Amino acid sequence: MRPAASLIIFTTLSGLGLGLTVLIGLGLLAATSPEWVIIHAAVSLGLIGVGVLSSTLHLGHPERAWRALSQWRSSWLSREGVMAALTTIVLAGYFLDHLISGQARPWLGIILSIMSLITIYSTAMIYASLKTIARWHHILTPVVFVVLALAGGCLLAAALEGLAGNPTIALSQWGIGMIAVASLIKILWWNLAGSKGSGSTPETATGLGALGKVRMIMPPHSEENWLQHEMGFVVARKHALRLAVIAFILAAIIPLLVLGLYPHSAALLVLAALVHLAGVIVERWLFFAEAKHTVTLYYGDQH
Amino acid sequence: MPDDKNLNLSPEPSDRIAKTTCYMCACRCGINVHMKGDEIRYIEGNRDHPVNQGVLCAKGSAGIMQHLSPARLQSPLKRIGKRGEGKFAPISWEEAMELATSWLKPIRENDPKKLAFFTGRDQSQALTGWWAQQFGTPNFAAHGGFCSVNMAAAGIYTIGGAFWEFGSPDWERTELFLLFGVAEDHDSNPIKIGLGKLKDRGIRTISVNPVQTGYSAVADDWVGITPGTDGLLIMSLIHVLMKTGHIDLDYLMRYTNAPWLVIRNPGQSDDGLFLRDKDNKPQVIDSKTGRPVAFDKGGIRPQLKGEVKNKSGLIAVPSFMLMVEEWLDEQYSPEATEANTGIPAARVYGLAKSIAEAAFSRQVVIDEPWVDWKGERHEQMIGRPVSMHAMRGISAHSNGFQTCRALHVLQILIGSVETPGGFRFKPPYPKPAHIHPRPAGKADQVKPNTPLPGAPLGYVLSPDDLLVDADGTPSRIDKAYSWDAPLSAHGLMHMVISNAYAGDPYKVDVLFMYMANMAWNSSMNTRGVIDMLTEKDPATGDYIIPKIIYSDAYSSEMVAYADLILPDTTYLERHDCISLLDRPICEPDTVADAIRWPVVEPDRDVRGFQSVLLDLGARLGLPGMVDADGKPLYADYADYMTTHQRKPGIGPLAGFRGKKGDKAGRGEPNAEQINAYIEHGGFWSEELPENARFFKMANSHYQDFAVRMGFYDKPEPYCFQIYSEELQKFRLAAEGHGKIQPPEHMRQQIKTCFTPLPIWYEPFEGSAVDANTYPIHALTQRPMAMYHSWGSQNPWLRQIHGHNPLFIPGNLARSLDVQDGDWVWVASHHGKIKVPVAIMEGINPNTVWTWNAIGKRRGAWQLDADAPEARKGFLLNHLIHELLPMKGDGLRWSNSDPITGQAAWYDLKVNITKATASDNPVIEPDFPILAAPPNMAETPKILRYGDTIIATSKREKK
Amino acid sequence: MTCLPSSTEKKLGLVIDLDICVGCQACVVNCKEWNTAGYGAPLADSDPYGAHPTGAWLNRVHAFEAGEAAKARVVHFPKSCLHCDDAPCVTVCPTGASYKRQEDGIVLVNEDWCIGCGLCAWSCPYGAREMDPAEGVMKKCTLCIDRIYNTHLEEEDRVPACVRTCPTSARHFGDLNDPTSDVSMLVAERGGYDLMPEQDTKPVNKYLPPRPRPRHESEDVDLVSMAKKTTPKGFWKWLDQALDQLPG
Ligand SMILES: Nc1nc2c(c(=O)[nH]1)N[C@H]1C(S)=C(S)[C@@H](COP(=O)(O)OP(=O)(O)OC[C@H]3O[C@@H](n4cnc5c(=O)[nH]c(N)nc54)[C@H](O)[C@@H]3O)O[C@H]1N2
Ligand SMILES: Nc1nc2c(c(=O)[nH]1)N[C@H]1C(S)=C(S)[C@@H](COP(=O)(O)OP(=O)(O)OC[C@H]3O[C@@H](n4cnc5c(=O)[nH]c(N)nc54)[C@H](O)[C@@H]3O)O[C@H]1N2
Ligand code: SF4
Ligand code: SF4
Ligand code: SF4
Ligand code: SF4
Ligand code: SF4
Ligand SMILES: [Mo]
Repeated sequence: MRPAASLIIFTTLSGLGLGLTVLIGLGLLAATSPEWVIIHAAVSLGLIGVGVLSSTLHLGHPERAWRALSQWRSSWLSREGVMAALTTIVLAGYFLDHLISGQARPWLGIILSIMSLITIYSTAMIYASLKTIARWHHILTPVVFVVLALAGGCLLAAALEGLAGNPTIALSQWGIGMIAVASLIKILWWNLAGSKGSGSTPETATGLGALGKVRMIMPPHSEENWLQHEMGFVVARKHALRLAVIAFILAAIIPLLVLGLYPHSAALLVLAALVHLAGVIVERWLFFAEAKHTVTLYYGDQH
Repeated sequence: MPDDKNLNLSPEPSDRIAKTTCYMCACRCGINVHMKGDEIRYIEGNRDHPVNQGVLCAKGSAGIMQHLSPARLQSPLKRIGKRGEGKFAPISWEEAMELATSWLKPIRENDPKKLAFFTGRDQSQALTGWWAQQFGTPNFAAHGGFCSVNMAAAGIYTIGGAFWEFGSPDWERTELFLLFGVAEDHDSNPIKIGLGKLKDRGIRTISVNPVQTGYSAVADDWVGITPGTDGLLIMSLIHVLMKTGHIDLDYLMRYTNAPWLVIRNPGQSDDGLFLRDKDNKPQVIDSKTGRPVAFDKGGIRPQLKGEVKNKSGLIAVPSFMLMVEEWLDEQYSPEATEANTGIPAARVYGLAKSIAEAAFSRQVVIDEPWVDWKGERHEQMIGRPVSMHAMRGISAHSNGFQTCRALHVLQILIGSVETPGGFRFKPPYPKPAHIHPRPAGKADQVKPNTPLPGAPLGYVLSPDDLLVDADGTPSRIDKAYSWDAPLSAHGLMHMVISNAYAGDPYKVDVLFMYMANMAWNSSMNTRGVIDMLTEKDPATGDYIIPKIIYSDAYSSEMVAYADLILPDTTYLERHDCISLLDRPICEPDTVADAIRWPVVEPDRDVRGFQSVLLDLGARLGLPGMVDADGKPLYADYADYMTTHQRKPGIGPLAGFRGKKGDKAGRGEPNAEQINAYIEHGGFWSEELPENARFFKMANSHYQDFAVRMGFYDKPEPYCFQIYSEELQKFRLAAEGHGKIQPPEHMRQQIKTCFTPLPIWYEPFEGSAVDANTYPIHALTQRPMAMYHSWGSQNPWLRQIHGHNPLFIPGNLARSLDVQDGDWVWVASHHGKIKVPVAIMEGINPNTVWTWNAIGKRRGAWQLDADAPEARKGFLLNHLIHELLPMKGDGLRWSNSDPITGQAAWYDLKVNITKATASDNPVIEPDFPILAAPPNMAETPKILRYGDTIIATSKREKK
Repeated sequence: MTCLPSSTEKKLGLVIDLDICVGCQACVVNCKEWNTAGYGAPLADSDPYGAHPTGAWLNRVHAFEAGEAAKARVVHFPKSCLHCDDAPCVTVCPTGASYKRQEDGIVLVNEDWCIGCGLCAWSCPYGAREMDPAEGVMKKCTLCIDRIYNTHLEEEDRVPACVRTCPTSARHFGDLNDPTSDVSMLVAERGGYDLMPEQDTKPVNKYLPPRPRPRHESEDVDLVSMAKKTTPKGFWKWLDQALDQLPG
C-alpha cells in the first residue's frame, strides 16, 4: 500500500495525542498550574486535531467530511470519526472544567481514558478490519496501535513533567515499561501478521488454478493506474529490514536510554519524545509500505 | 435507507440518433451516434446492420475521442521550412487547390506518369482509381501491396475471391473451423460474432499461429507453428487426406479444373498448358466416350484419370493426375514436414482426421433445389462443413502467394468452398481473375492529356498483360505487373518512395498520397525512407522527390515530410460511400452497401478528401469530372455518389436507385438516394434468393441475380483453378518461350516459384541470412483495441496500449537470463533496436512478437514528447528492409513475394542479446522530436468528457 | 445506509465466459463511453495526451497465462464490480455513499455523499473501484443501472453497455437469484465460479471456466496406417472404386 503522508501523520499524531490523553485521564500527568492545564490541553488537543485534520487532506471531498460520522454502525472509519469527535469534546470539557473548578474530575478522567483507548482502537480497526490486506488483518494490529500510543503518551507526559520542573520517576518507569511492551508486541506482530498470507493467490483470484500456475502476461492498461498507485506500492525487503531497525532505534532504544539514564533532563526527554515520534512515523510508513493488497494478484504478483 | 432519490433510472440517452458507418477500420460497421445537443453522447453498434449486428469493438467505441482528437489538422498547410522540419504556413483552400493544380497540370499535359498517386488505407478506391485513370497515370494503387495482396490475389486466381470482405465461414452450419495466421483481420466484428456462435454450438476451432493470444487463446486447439511453414503443413494435410481417400471427387469433377487436360510436352512452349478445342475451351475426357470434349459440355462426366493423345502424338492428362503425382510424394508426409513446421507428425494426422471426419461424416444437407450452370437440376445443396479463414500470418511471407493458394486448394479438395457449412462468398464475389479487367498502363497507353483506357489495377493472365516495355522496363513506378511482381493485383505502395528516390524505372515529379503513414509504420526501413524523402539532388538543389502532396486528417509522422497538406475531415464530418464497386460490406446471404454522412459539422478549415479530389479533377479538366463547357460536374462527393454512373444504371451506391428509389443494383440515379440511406440506417441491403445462396460459381439462380444486380453483364459461371495455367505461362516464359521475356537473372526464381500447383519454399530472408546468426523469427500482431498508428492519439485507447514489450518465450528468457521488464537488443541483418521484454509461454519456441504500430515518433500525434509510445513503444520496421541482403550475384532482391510483390513483413529473422540496464531507458533508435504543425489544438491536462452533457441532462431534469 | 440488506429480491449480475473472451477490450471502452456521460461525474482521464495517461474505468480486461511451457494457456480476463452479497466495500464506507440496493442487489456509490476516502477500494479484494482523478469520488460499475431499467431504450437494449457491445457474446446479464434465468442455467451447466471465494464476499457475478482443451486430437490409428500403407498404385485403385460408386 502507498504510504500516504496524510495517513501516517493522522495515525501517529492522533495516536500520540490520544495516548497522552489516557495518561491525563488517569491522573498520571498532573497540571501544576492553570497555565499547565492550558499547555496540556493545547498539546493533546493539538496533536489529535492536527492528526484528524491531516486525515481529511487525503479525502477527495474534505468539505463533506462530516458525513463520515454517520455510519458508526458498520464502519470503523466512521466509528473512529465519531469517537475522535466525542473524545475531543470530552477532553475539551475536562480541561475547561479543570480550569473553572480548579481541579481535575477523576471520574471524568477515567471516562476520557476509556474513550481515548477506544478511539485508538477504532483507528487501528480501520486497517485491521481489511481482509484484503493480510498483514493488517490481525488481532495484534490494534494492540500495536494502542501500546505504541501509550508508550508515546508516557514519554510525552514525562517530557511535559520535566518541562514543568517536577519530573517524577513514576512516568519514566511507566514509559520504560510501555516501550518495552510495545517493542515486544510489534516484533510479535511482525512475525505473526507480517508473515501471514492472505490465502488468496493468482489461482484463486482468477479461478484458473485448475489449468496450472497462473501468471499475468498483459496488464489491462500499460501505464500505472490509481489502483496500482494506491495499492501496488512495494518496498524491497532489504530496505524494509533497514527501516525496521531504524524505527526500532528511534522509537524504542533511544527513548529507553534517555528514560533510564536521564529521567530528570527535561531537554533530553523532549528530544526523546520527538525521536520516538520520528521512529513511529517510520514504523507507520513501513506499516503501509509492506502491506500487500490482494488486487496486486491481478497485476503479476505471485502470492 | 440508501438515498435513491437522485437516481434517475430512465434518463433520456440522447435527443437524436444519427446512423452512419464506423471508420476506425476496414470492417465498416454500422453505428448509432447518439447526439445530445451538438455533442456526441454515445456511439453504439447498429443492430440492423449486416456487418456488426449491433456489436461494436473497442476502437469503434472510442470514436468520440477519435473525432475530437487534438491531433486533427486545422487547415491546409504549405511547407516553409525544410522537409521533416515541420515548419508550415497555414493557407486557404483556394491557394492550396491552385498550388496543387499548378503542379499537376503540366504533368498531365506532358507525361502523366510523372504523377504517382498512392492512397494508402483508402476506403474509396472506386473513386481514387477512376481519378487516376482519368488523369492518365498508371501510377495508382492503395495499400494492398504491403498489406495482404497474397491472400487477395491467391483467392481471386484460385477460387474467385479470398477471405475478409470476399467471403466468410458458414458460421451457422460449419462443424470445424480452422484459422491460419489471424490476429484481428479486416473482418473484425463478424469473426468475433462468428466465433461466439461456434462456441454456442460447441463447434471446434483450431488456430494455427506461432502466438497464442486472442482467437488462438480461445481456440479449442492451438497449433504453434514455426513462421513461414504453413504451406508445408497444408500440403502435408493434403497428402494425408488424398492418400486416405478423403477428397470430394464429385465436387472436383463438377466445379474445379481437376479434370481439365494439361499438355505434357516438356521443353516445348505448350507444356503445362490446357489442351483446348478450336473455340479455345479447355477440354476434359468424357468418361462415356473416352474422347476430349469442352469442359462445359452438359451431360457428360469428365474423367479424373486417363490420358489423351492428339494426332501429332501430343499427350495430355487431367490436371488431377499432376496433383496426385505432386502431393502423394513422400516429401509432404507428416514425418517429412515435422522438422520444418515444428508440428509433430502425430498432430498432423490428428488434424487431417478432424478435417476428414467433419467433412465426410457430418455432411450438411439443405433441401433447396437449384439448377447448375450446365442446366442440371439438384434437389439438395450438399456441403462439407469444414470452414477456414486465414490472413497475414500466411500472407505476409515471401512464399505467401503459394501458401494461400495451397490453403484454397485444401478447401477445394474436400469440397467445402461455397457449400453449406464451408466457406461462403459474399456478393459480388465470387469473381475470378479472368472476369476482372487487365491492368491498363502499358507504355503506349500513357499519353498526355489522355485518360488510360482502363483502370490501372487489374488481374494479368499471362506475360502479355504485363506492364513492361519491349526491353522489359516496368511502366509503373512501383514496378507492379513487371517481372518483379507479375501478379501484383494491388500495386506495390511500399516500393514507390524507394523507386522514385532511385529514379528506377524513372523519376516522378509529384508524389500524391492519401492516408498512409509512409514516414513511419507502413514503411520497411523507416529511417531509410525518411532519408529518401529529405534528400536533395546536389545537381539541382531540389529534393530528389520534388513535390509531395499529402492528405491526412491528423498530425501523423508523415505530415512533416510533405510540401502541401490537404487536411481531411473526420469520419463523422463527411460523406463517404462504401460501394459494391469497391471493397464491399456484404454478407453471404445479403448484398449491402452503406454511406457515411456529416453527423456533425467540422469546426476547422478542413474538407473531405473525396470532394477535394473531385474539385481538383475539375480544375484539371479531367474527363468525367467536367461538362462540355469545362464546368465541374459534381458539386461534391455527395453529388458524385448520387449522380455518377460507371455504366448506365450503375453507380457508386446500389440501393434506392431509380427515379422513385425502388430499384436495387441497376437503375437511374435518384436525387433522394442519400436521404433514403440515412432514413434506412445508413445502409442498404437485400437478401439473396434461397436457391442462390450456395455454389454461386456454378449456380444459375445466383448468376441471374448477379446480372440483375449489375455485378456483371452476363452470367459468368466458372471452375475453381487448382491448377493455375496463368502461373505456368510465366514459367514457360522463364524457360524462354514467348515474346515477353524476363530478365536473365530472374529466370531461375520464376521457374522455381511460379509452379501451377502450389508449392512450398523457404521464405527468402530465412534462406538469405545465416540461421545461426539470426535464429529467431520476429512477428507483429495487431492489437484489437488499436488501429495502426492512428489509434495512439486516442486518449482512451492509449491507456490500454501505451507501449509494447517484446514478448519472448520462456525458454529464450531463461537462456538469456532476462526477466519481465528487462531490456534486450534485437538485431536483424539490417538494424538493431533496444526494447523491453515480457515473458510468455504460449509462443512458438523460436519466435518473439510484439504489438504492431504502438511505437510513435516523439512529437507526432500531438502527444507529449515523453509519451510512453515514444519512450517504451517501438516498431519492428527498423529491422525490416525492403531489400534482402546481397546475394552471391551481387544483387539485392526485393523482400517480397516474387509473384505478387507482397511485402514479406513476417519473414524477419533476428538475434537477441541482453542489454545493460540504465535507470531510465528509452527505446533505440530514438528519433529527433517532430515539430507540431501550426495552430494545433491544446491538449488538456484533465479530460472530463461528458461534463457538459451531464450538466445539460441535470438542467433538463429540473 | 452502509449496512447490507439481509437479502435482496433479485441478484442482478454478469456471467463472464472465459472460454470465448478474446480480450478485444470492446466492453472496456464501451463501458467508459456510456458511463462518462451518464451516471454521476464524468469518468475523467488525467494527462490524457501526456507521459502518464491514466483515468477512471469501470471495467478492465487482463490477460493471464496458466500452465507451463507448451501446455500454457492464455486466458483473457475481464473484471468489473462483482456486486458482492457480502460487499465489504459497503460496510466500510463511513458516509453511507456506498450501498447495496435491496431490490436488485446492485452496489452503487452515491457520488453526492462520497468523501473520496478510498477505503471502499481498499476493502475490495478485486480492484473493482477506482477513484476519479478529477472529481475525487469513487467510481465503480453501476451494472448500467441507467440502462437496464431505462424505458427510453428498446427492450432488447436494456442490458449493460458492455454486454450489448461484446462481439463474442462472452458477457451475459441477468438475475442470478432466479434459478431458471439464462444466467443461472449457464452457471449450472458450465460450472460457473466465484473469484477469491476465501475472501467471503459472496460475489454475484460468476465466471465460466475455459473449456478443457483437447490439445491433441485423438489419434486415429486407421488414418495413420492407411496413409502409410497407400502407394500411388493403391491410390489409383481406390480412385477407380470411388468413382464407380459415385451416382450418375
Ligand atoms: N484492431 C485492428 N484491426 C485491424 C488492423 C489494426 O491495425 N487494428 N489492421 C487492419 C489491417 S490493415 C490488416 S492488413 C488486417 C490484418 O489482420 P491479421 O492478418 O489478422 O493481422 P496481423 O496482426 O498481421 O496478424 C497476423 C497473425 O499471423 C500470425 N503469424 C505470423 N506469421 C505466421 C505464420 O508464418 N504462420 C501462421 N499461421 N501465423 C503467423 C501472427 O502471430 C498474427 O497472429 O487487420 C485489419 N484490422
Ligand atoms: N512491422 C509491421 N509493419 C507493418 C505491418 C505489420 O504487420 N508489421 N502491417 C502493414 C500493413 S498490413 C498496413 S495496412 C500498414 C498500415 O499502415 P498505414 O498505412 O500507415 O496506416 P495507418 O497508420 O492506419 O495510417 C494511415 C494514415 O491515415 C491517416 N488517417 C486516418 N484517418 C484519416 C482520414 O479520415 N482521412 C485522411 N486523409 N487520413 C486519415 C492517419 O492519420 C495516418 O497518418 O502497416 C504496415 N506496416
Ligand atoms: S470493427 Fe470496430 S473499428 Fe472496425 S468498423 Fe467495426 S466498430 Fe469500427
Ligand atoms: S468485449 Fe467480450 S470478448 Fe471483448 S474483452 Fe470484453 S468480454 Fe472479452
Ligand atoms: S466487487 Fe468489490 S466493489 Fe464490487 S461489491 Fe464486491 S467488494 Fe464491492
Ligand atoms: S470513497 Fe466514498 S464510497 Fe468509498 S468509502 Fe469513502 S465515502 Fe464511501
Ligand atoms: S455493467 Fe455497465 S458499468 Fe458495469 S462494466 Fe458493464 S458497462 Fe461498465
Ligand atoms: Mo493491412
